[in-house]
Amino acid sequence: MLSHGARRLLRGWTFLVLVFLYAPLLLVVVNAFNSSRTFAFPPTGFTLHWWSDAWNSEGMWESLANSAVVGLGATGIALVLGTMAAVAVQRYDFFGRHVVSFLVVLPITLPGIVTGIALNATFTSALGVSLGLATVIVGHATFCVVIVFNNTQARLRRMGTNLDDASADLGASPWQTFRYVTFPMMRGSLLAGAVLAFALSFDEIVVTTFTAGPTVQTLPIWIFGNLFRPNQAPVINVVAAALTIVAIVPVWLAQRFGGDPATTRV
Amino acid sequence: MRRRVSLALLLAPPLTWLVVAYLGSLAVLLVSAFWSTNSFTGAVVRTFTFDNVARVLTDEVFRTATLRTVSVALTVTVACAVLAVPLAFYMAKIASPRARLALVVAVTTPLWASYLVKAYAWRMLLSPEGPLSWATSYTPGYGLIATIVTLTYLWLPYMVIPVFAAFNRVPDSLIDASSDLGASDMSTLRMVVAPLVFPGIAAGSIFTFSLSLGDYIAVTIVGGKTQLLGNIIYGQLVTANNQPLAAALSIIPLAAIVAYLLAMRRTGALENV
Repeated sequence: MLSHGARRLLRGWTFLVLVFLYAPLLLVVVNAFNSSRTFAFPPTGFTLHWWSDAWNSEGMWESLANSAVVGLGATGIALVLGTMAAVAVQRYDFFGRHVVSFLVVLPITLPGIVTGIALNATFTSALGVSLGLATVIVGHATFCVVIVFNNTQARLRRMGTNLDDASADLGASPWQTFRYVTFPMMRGSLLAGAVLAFALSFDEIVVTTFTAGPTVQTLPIWIFGNLFRPNQAPVINVVAAALTIVAIVPVWLAQRFGGDPATTRV
Repeated sequence: MRRRVSLALLLAPPLTWLVVAYLGSLAVLLVSAFWSTNSFTGAVVRTFTFDNVARVLTDEVFRTATLRTVSVALTVTVACAVLAVPLAFYMAKIASPRARLALVVAVTTPLWASYLVKAYAWRMLLSPEGPLSWATSYTPGYGLIATIVTLTYLWLPYMVIPVFAAFNRVPDSLIDASSDLGASDMSTLRMVVAPLVFPGIAAGSIFTFSLSLGDYIAVTIVGGKTQLLGNIIYGQLVTANNQPLAAALSIIPLAAIVAYLLAMRRTGALENV
């Protein structure tokens, strides 16, 4: 189907959209080495000076450590809850299965600001809890569950139940079947889900803003706070470039573990 | 019986978490929209009042911002669909299997790059001394257009993947049958492919619409003085310290998305999410 000309047109369109997707990311990386202080384009020269400035930025390391703590905490909770929900939905037939799936997906479908304000209202006005790292972890865990859920659910669906049935026929208890048959086969997808959930938490800013309070800074919050300060621009550019390059890591890792980073968030 | 018990044990923790932490919070949000603040101390007073909701519905500033925000979200959704449909068609129906896989990875990898960095990239790109004005001596500057472009950039992968999946599900035999029966390429696209792909576009639009509606970071970074619902809500909560009014305002995006979800459910898009 389609004439030669139409195909070429579509190929050209695809190329242009890819340029649209990657040119801004490329610019971020280039500007981290731009020796001009105003970052005017084209760059006036090449420098590594900003990288050593960024390395010595205390605020950056402190917020990076906070982000790591939050990411690990949220991922841990999401792993447990997401796996349980995925096993329930894929291995059991019950009334309201779709409601469970919908409920799990809802937190990434609703805009972050709604989730953020809702959690903020609950923590501050209703419960009277003071905001801090713990409240950020609760917020992040809520939308990270879906990442683990999607990865694990897809794997369970592909695995089918034949091996589980065989194990049960051979006399294994449900726990033994899970421990020795099901779990080893879904380990890869758990790792993939964990890596991607961590990546999502690491990058999140909206829910974080409303659950962190004024004293705790994660890396995105720190970047946002320094974004409009001209004298911090070099450091911000370096951190932005580093994050852009590092972003390939979770995708690559998840792919290796047999997850599906392409459709996990969509 | 034992299966029932193990199912209950499996479901209890995730459901408790989501219902208590998430739905519970949404309930608090709805309730707190009817609370007020002490005008002297700024503390939240838990007495029932319609003041906030009335103000949200009648205040000219809020109404304009709501209209502007919904228009931005719809424009971004249309822009994403226009960019995504030919791309997804190429990926699913023309590219070789190897190229297809590479394209899926290429389109989705930017999703995992930092959201903040991507918005910042557009701030650099559109700045008066940036690459765009250097190359074309034109830049829209920071404002509404920049916001729409940036949001389109941010959410485009969310549109491409469901549309690609929808194109992928259209069997080639159906297309062949249509052209064997004498339909032109255009008629085949319009009468055979389009109806099958539309649910994919609808599924993608849920993300592009919803994410645009609540955004306040991108508009702060590239929007100049543009006020969208997101930054008004943020301002009410953080600057004006009026949590109940912020809650009342955030019911607008919530209601808009629920309405949108209900409308999209009729297209079968929700099964694709």
